[in-house]
Amino acid sequence: MSYTFQFGVIAQYQNEILAGIWMTIKLSVASIILGCAAGIVLASVRSMKPGIGRILVDAYVEIIRNTPFLVQLFIVYFGLPGLGLRVSAVTAALIGMTINLAAYSTEIIRAGIESIHKSQIEAGEALGFTRLQIYRHVIIMPAIAKVYPALCSQFVLMMLASSVCSAISTKELAASAAFIESQSFRSFEVYIVVTLIYLALALALRGVLAMIGLWLFGRRVARRTAIALPEVQA
Amino acid sequence: MILRTFGFSEFGFLVSALLWTVVLTIIALSGGGIVGFVIALARTSTHKWLRIVAATYIQIIQGIPVLMILFLSYYGLSLAGLQLPPLVAAGASMTIYASGYLAEIWRGCIQSVPKQQWEASESLAMTRVQQYRYVILPQALRISLPSTVGFAVQVVKNTSITSIIGFVELARAGQLINNATFQPFRVFLAVAALYFVVCYPLSQLSRWLERRLHARSHR
Repeated sequence: MSYTFQFGVIAQYQNEILAGIWMTIKLSVASIILGCAAGIVLASVRSMKPGIGRILVDAYVEIIRNTPFLVQLFIVYFGLPGLGLRVSAVTAALIGMTINLAAYSTEIIRAGIESIHKSQIEAGEALGFTRLQIYRHVIIMPAIAKVYPALCSQFVLMMLASSVCSAISTKELAASAAFIESQSFRSFEVYIVVTLIYLALALALRGVLAMIGLWLFGRRVARRTAIALPEVQA
Repeated sequence: MILRTFGFSEFGFLVSALLWTVVLTIIALSGGGIVGFVIALARTSTHKWLRIVAATYIQIIQGIPVLMILFLSYYGLSLAGLQLPPLVAAGASMTIYASGYLAEIWRGCIQSVPKQQWEASESLAMTRVQQYRYVILPQALRISLPSTVGFAVQVVKNTSITSIIGFVELARAGQLINNATFQPFRVFLAVAALYFVVCYPLSQLSRWLERRLHARSHR
């Protein structure tokens, strides 16, 4: 094999790479915040008495979890304009990521809520907590603390999956790679560098999430998060 | 220019493309299963370096996007001078992807077999291979079923990413039909529905296996 690797060429394109990294970070952080918030709300609806709300949440979660993220992006980006709703590639990516992550978070947080024992809620009532206080301190926070490692794994998977958004022309890191490749024809070198950047981003995100876990829930949960590898959600 | 509309023959094209999605999933699961099994054994080995190498492999695969695995093997194989059809490049990268996740799932299953089982089989003078073959793996297999089937759903969905390197499976077929008909909403909803038809039964099967496993272990 007479191929010589030339990584030097890629250094010329550092602005493209930095812009790509920044877009990936922005999309990931925004979708994590929005998706997690939506997940908390939907999981709360889901754990209420059986009714129409519960059926709708179940249907939403099942539909999103059983269809590919790429196809969801296509529907948002190419499909919505047909209904008179034109969105930019970045907005479409953010909508797609949020919708996707919300479904997974709902499922994970629901499992956490279900694991809260009824006696805990009764203990809260006995202590004279209001319903809102019980909801916040007895149900939601302990539930999230329990499933925090699984939730973080899902966040990391979402950050990695954001690379797929390049298929709808969102200018994030994978799109930067494709652009540099088309300019320099150094495809293998470009993708090695970008892959290493994704690896670093994944490790960094995991570290940041462990810090947030430490701040929110204390040492035990944070340690589990740092060690745990991404769990695979069915 | 006459636009086609999204009718029965177009839907038929999507269904035939679904076949390639299924083929790719089977390649990924069998290839990834073999590689992942070896790595899971290395990950639970008594040799420290084998464990470190396996853990590093798993960390790397789980820390990079599937799309990057796809591009690297696509360009890597052509750099090595191999002109391979997209099916091979797609199959190879889905195998690598699946092996990293299956190895970690199965590591957990092997390690969740109680320690006493190791001790008991050792006291029966079983060799390491016999221990795995007759005591540990049969139990680990049962524990692993729900999460393995659950992961199969992820593989089916992630084969859609191979459409980006031009492999014509369901998602790519959807794009092609959309280019001809320009009815994106209808076309991609049909594509999503076809994925759902494959994935939903698998998800339910995984859930059913999970319930059955718990029912047994609590008895």
